[in-house]
Amino acid sequence: MGIYSKPVVLAIVAALVILTGTVVTVFVPMFMPSTQPPSGYVKPYTAIEQEGRDLYMREGCNNCHTQTVRPLRTEVLRYGEYSKPEEFAWDRPFLWGSRRTGPDLNRVGGKYPDSWHYKHMHKPQDMFALSNMPPYGWMAANKLDTSVSFKKTKVLGYGYTEEQVKQQIADYKAKVTAADYDSRETRDQVTPEALRGELTEMDAIVAYLQKLGRDVKEKAKEAGQ
Amino acid sequence: MKEDTGYDYSIVRGFAFSALFWLVVGLMIGLWMAFEMFNPALNITPWLSFGRLRVVHTNGLGVGFGMSGIFATAYYMLQRLTRTPLPFPKLAKAHLVVFNLAIAAAAVTLMMGMNTTREYAELEWPLDIGVVIMWVMFAINVFAILIKRQEKQMYISLWYLIAMTVTVAVLYIVNNLEIPVTLTKSYSLYAGGNDANVEWWYGHNIVGFIFTVPVLAMFYYFLPKATGLPIYSHRLSIVSFWSLIFAYLWTGAHHLMLTPLPEWIQTVAIAFSIFLIAPSWGSVVNGYYTLQGNWDQMRSNYLTKFFILGITFYGLQTLQGPLQGLRTLNAFFHYTDWVVGHVHMGTMGWVTMIISASFYYMIPKVSGRDLHSIKLANTHFWLILVGQLTWTITMWIGGIQQGAMWKATNPDGSLMYNFLDGLTSLYPYYKMRFAAGIVYFIGILIFSWNILQTVRKPAEAEA
Repeated sequence: MGIYSKPVVLAIVAALVILTGTVVTVFVPMFMPSTQPPSGYVKPYTAIEQEGRDLYMREGCNNCHTQTVRPLRTEVLRYGEYSKPEEFAWDRPFLWGSRRTGPDLNRVGGKYPDSWHYKHMHKPQDMFALSNMPPYGWMAANKLDTSVSFKKTKVLGYGYTEEQVKQQIADYKAKVTAADYDSRETRDQVTPEALRGELTEMDAIVAYLQKLGRDVKEKAKEAGQ
Repeated sequence: MKEDTGYDYSIVRGFAFSALFWLVVGLMIGLWMAFEMFNPALNITPWLSFGRLRVVHTNGLGVGFGMSGIFATAYYMLQRLTRTPLPFPKLAKAHLVVFNLAIAAAAVTLMMGMNTTREYAELEWPLDIGVVIMWVMFAINVFAILIKRQEKQMYISLWYLIAMTVTVAVLYIVNNLEIPVTLTKSYSLYAGGNDANVEWWYGHNIVGFIFTVPVLAMFYYFLPKATGLPIYSHRLSIVSFWSLIFAYLWTGAHHLMLTPLPEWIQTVAIAFSIFLIAPSWGSVVNGYYTLQGNWDQMRSNYLTKFFILGITFYGLQTLQGPLQGLRTLNAFFHYTDWVVGHVHMGTMGWVTMIISASFYYMIPKVSGRDLHSIKLANTHFWLILVGQLTWTITMWIGGIQQGAMWKATNPDGSLMYNFLDGLTSLYPYYKMRFAAGIVYFIGILIFSWNILQTVRKPAEAEA
């Protein structure tokens, strides 16, 4: 009964006991290729997509949306090809989620045009009267803050130069403000006039949503042709 | 009475009232969100939108209420079980202040959207550092009092408190390793599958070592105190303790069933989850047998029913959990409201029942007054029992319905329902859940009132 009268010994033994399962199931897998498989076809997020991802985190979208399609028949029917480990190589943190109040989003990229997302994010109830998703129209009234975009991509190890990040931002701004942008009309409807020539938080989150699953779909398309 | 022993009870009261405060705040936020689930018009500002509030609710109740309830009872049990006054009462006071500031800062920053999104570890890095400092302040008193103690043998409850102190530190630090970008933004050190694996190792075990381990410490201490009956088997408690803390850490991946995480980690988690039924039920059986021959106390002693119902919900929780972890059942239940019901049986049933009863026993002792009203305590008991059962059963039924609708196919193999069909079919359940939450909340208000009136009793109150 010695250990029950020696608090420090008990603490050390308890630490060893809890570390056993930890080492085997968490620490060892960190160094196994199966948890970080090579992913040549999965590209890192652009600076704008990353800003959108950060907004997705800020708004806690992960509390209602998952980002992992399970290998189940009805799930693949509903969302598309099931999720593979290599798809998430750049995801820090992961955003798989734990509850589906709303649908899974891992394959939402390319499913709808940008205009669909602008309209839906602005007020989901305008598209689906009975939806319980909060409206995010106010995001179009917030100018996108890109002051630390480069630093973010640097910390995340995306390998962009500062010039490249600036170019990505300029390119995306040019895209959504161009006269021939296919979702121009809807974007203008949801964006306050003063910000129509700028990048808004709404632009970034739409860019992020369109990235989800895009690389997988493109790879499948190439393989099919 | 305080002079007789030299024990520091002001810290116990301080944390007890922090617990009550965050309990009421956290439940109010919970009710607001429950309403948003069927009426999105309540998302009136970004600060009150569901995505931001959900983490305020979980942090506010899990940490704000749960942890302060644990600290209150821990400071009490540590002094009583070691027969030693708190070595550093000023440090404990600072701990109380730092703790409440951290929770308040957490609530505000989460509402502002500073959210790392890793469940139950959403705080940004400066607050993580604050939490670690807060924990060290607590741990110093824990180990100092244990080393200075005047009672040679350490009772079961102290083992559980030691295990909590050590494990929570390991979990919190490993899981929150992140690289800062700015003062309010950081990125996890881990990526993809590894990040998920680390997070759910943490997520599962932080629940285990906050909602199970220290609550068992309360159960093992306050049940014999409140009933006057010794724990049935010391040997069973030893076996349960070691097998519980050993097996718990292997099971996090049952939260990641059928995800891209390597299959062997999932399978190991399933196996250990099933094994965990044994040590969990070791404590349940120990509780039940403690009462053998004295079951009339369920009628005659108002505290006994809190403990017995509490441990019963713990028993059901620890059966339901491993079953949900099985691949086939998980494929059906995961991501539905079933899991929400599961969590709330543990928190609203087990955790709150035990903390309530511990407070009812402890607060009169530390304030030298009798409980204000046993009748109100009984009303509190029935309201939170009925509220919780209605709440969880509603969510289980809703979860089964949603899981079935997601899976349903037409004869030609196509999906029978679109996603929105599944969601809108749940609105009646969401309204029912809100109503159940109100009943529960009234029970909690009565509880808080009863405790408040107790310490205010003789005119010159000192709380």
